[in-house]
Amino acid sequence: MSGAHLAVRGIGKSFRGLRAVSDVAFDVPGGAIHALIGPNGAGKTTCFNMIAGVFAPDTGDIRLDDRSIAGLRPDQICGAGIGRTFQIVKPFMGLTVEENVTIGALARTSHVPEARAAARQILRDLGLDDRRHVRAVNLTLPDRKRLEVARALATGPRLLLLDEVMAGLRPTETDQMVAFLKDLNARTGITILLIEHVMRAVMALSQHIVVLHHGEKIAEGTPQAVTRDPAVLEVYLGQESH
Amino acid sequence: MSADPGQFVVTLLQAIAMGLLTGMVYGLMALGLSVIFGVMRVVNFAHGEMMVVGMYLAWLAFDRLGLDPLVSLPAVAAALFVFGYVLQRTVINPFIGLPEHMQFMLLLAVAILLVNACLAIAGPDTHGVQVDYMFDSFNIGPLVLDAVRVYAALAALVVAGLLWLFFTRTRPGKAIRAAADNHIGALVVGLDVRQLYALTFGIGAACVGAAGALMLLIVQVHPFLAIDYTLLAFVIVIVGGLGSMSGALAGGLLIGVSEAVAGVLLQPSLKSVFSFGLLIIVLLLRPQGLLARRS
Amino acid sequence: MSIWRRLTDGVPARALGALGLLAALLVVAPFLLRFMSAGDYWLSILILVVYFSYIGQAWNIMMGFAGQLSLGHAIYLGLGGYVAAALYVNLGIGPWLGVFVAVAAAMLAGGLIGFLGFRFSLAGVYFALLTIAFAEFTRILFDHFKWVGGSGGLFLKVEADGSAFNLQGSPLLFYYVILALAAAVFVLCRWLLTSRLGYYWLAIREDPEAAQAAGINVLRTKLLAVLISAGLTAIGGVWSAFYYKSLFPESAFSMGRSIEVTLAPIIGGLGTLFGPIIGSALLVGLGDLFTSLAEWLANTWDVKTAGLKQIGYGIALLLIVMFRRDGVWPWLARRLGFDRQREDRP
Repeated sequence: MSGAHLAVRGIGKSFRGLRAVSDVAFDVPGGAIHALIGPNGAGKTTCFNMIAGVFAPDTGDIRLDDRSIAGLRPDQICGAGIGRTFQIVKPFMGLTVEENVTIGALARTSHVPEARAAARQILRDLGLDDRRHVRAVNLTLPDRKRLEVARALATGPRLLLLDEVMAGLRPTETDQMVAFLKDLNARTGITILLIEHVMRAVMALSQHIVVLHHGEKIAEGTPQAVTRDPAVLEVYLGQESH
Repeated sequence: MSADPGQFVVTLLQAIAMGLLTGMVYGLMALGLSVIFGVMRVVNFAHGEMMVVGMYLAWLAFDRLGLDPLVSLPAVAAALFVFGYVLQRTVINPFIGLPEHMQFMLLLAVAILLVNACLAIAGPDTHGVQVDYMFDSFNIGPLVLDAVRVYAALAALVVAGLLWLFFTRTRPGKAIRAAADNHIGALVVGLDVRQLYALTFGIGAACVGAAGALMLLIVQVHPFLAIDYTLLAFVIVIVGGLGSMSGALAGGLLIGVSEAVAGVLLQPSLKSVFSFGLLIIVLLLRPQGLLARRS
Repeated sequence: MSIWRRLTDGVPARALGALGLLAALLVVAPFLLRFMSAGDYWLSILILVVYFSYIGQAWNIMMGFAGQLSLGHAIYLGLGGYVAAALYVNLGIGPWLGVFVAVAAAMLAGGLIGFLGFRFSLAGVYFALLTIAFAEFTRILFDHFKWVGGSGGLFLKVEADGSAFNLQGSPLLFYYVILALAAAVFVLCRWLLTSRLGYYWLAIREDPEAAQAAGINVLRTKLLAVLISAGLTAIGGVWSAFYYKSLFPESAFSMGRSIEVTLAPIIGGLGTLFGPIIGSALLVGLGDLFTSLAEWLANTWDVKTAGLKQIGYGIALLLIVMFRRDGVWPWLARRLGFDRQREDRP
């Protein structure tokens, strides 16, 4: 398994005449870890939803390994090799942890025992194995976040979209998640694109950052470059100082 | 049917007029369902049964006390209000926010109890009222309108007007409307939600009770009408927009007319084809209701 | 062997033992009943229990597994019964052949309703209302459908040369046919739940959006639930038509008939395999209890009030719904230690 190259080409989306995202373009090369940051309402999740197929972009194109995936349904996007998590976690509440992840793994194999074995492996990697018979509704939020990542991973993606999986985690839990993702990326070469507010995680993980503001890309570059970018400082510090 | 086209137009207009009059009462019935759903997100599967209870209460008042349903209407509505209020407080409240099938089963049990209580008290025979104006009619041009229907529709209009005053002029009324428009909003404003819910269910029940009393002027009552009224109320509120109060009234008129016209154009036994056909089309193409604003 | 292992994986041994005992008891029940007074009466009650558990199981696939509330299953029961009966009465085609046409007809109807409903994203109450609307529509249609007798009804004559080949015979025949069907659908449902399709249904029931993100074709998966549920229900309809030997649109496609289908699985426990069985036994038992009680009141105290037995039934139903929201079986299974290992359950 190796990472896929994601190319976002000038995508835009309006809701009832309001532009949520306009002309956003960036690349995530195969095997890279990139982050999408920006203040609330910057259009990050809208971008994610377009990549994940929740809705089609009004303009522009999205390509995965040079195949256009814009306008495909979410299940087709998953089949194309993109796994995603939801900002507001959506585990299958009434099912056990193992059942949750098995469902993800069934995207790759129709053989249930095989899917269950794959699920067990992922649960071990994420440290959820001892909770595998617990129903998701009884998990703590950090565990639900990990379950969300586990289920997305189980679908066998070549690109992983992570929507604020660190939010609500304690610093040690954040470090664990960062370590896990780093290791996963090193081991499998999977491409990762994350939306994140926890800057500590963003700085530790990503090689490249895209900054959105009011639905437009205002900067991109290495973490060091981006944090010194005047436009970015204006958006973040400008808001805080007022 | 007459081959004379002029006669046909008159027959059709006659049917439309009758349908509008009956539709007013339908609208009042559906209003109750819509208010309850709008505020509590509970689909009252016992709505037709509550309608039939209203009809029986009006019949009892006529049979035992000789009261015209138009006279007993406030008492019937009050009785249903108390019933609805208490039912919500004791039985329904714990089920608010639970999955639909649980609410469905709960209200189904309530429906079975109501319909069989009517059966136990009044027996399986049909009952009607014989008011002294029952064969009177008003002539408007070539149209002949039954007095009972006209009075029932006018009374329904009065009740709807009173409700409108309640919803626009009183504090609890405004609170209920706010809750119906914006479920969360009412919670945030800090209204006593339990009180509000019980009040809403009471008002919904009073609406349908009043509609039942008026309907008794037009049709005879027997226990097994209940399920038909439940279905009819569903059709009306979906067509008008589930949770919309003005939509329920307009939907009532529309269904009243479509039933009456279908009775003329097709066989009477096919009259609900229009309603259910309309229901299917509205569900698929405009589930927010024909008359509701797009949300 | 591997199929057996797949079906029983994770099921406690005592639950399997109890199931075996129940199956054996149901098989020999008619012989035991022979030694009782009113054995025929008890057999007819038992037939009802097994019948409602069968159709409840079929409905449960759609609601309990895939989370799609159908309040119009009378359409599949009615279509199944009408197709097989009309083929037999009008064309002389026997029910063992007719059942295939009946199933096809019901699946066609289910496919249409499901496709329209899911294509236009109807869920919850809205989808339920769509299923009601189609059932009512069909009722009116059959009222005017002269080939099948219209509102006057369709009747199957009791024939002198009737045999199992044209599904005619004693209640005992009907008992074993419906018992075999109920056993088969039980195993089928268990098998489905251990398959990818079963997992996918549960995922959609829990969260359609997350299910789709996990790669599930939601429309197709939901449609499969409707098709299988409709087809199985239609088989129950064929059985019921030949058992009761008459069909009327007014009752066959009624809202009441649809509601009857939903009672046992909801009361017993939605999405569970034993729920429809327990629910059916409980409801038929309660119905019988209150019938006897009403008779006793009438004979002993001369209380002859119509509706009394349904009032008792309604109160019992209300109490069960209020105090066992998730159904009787999940609670009972915990009591008996039959529930599958889940660490968060007491």
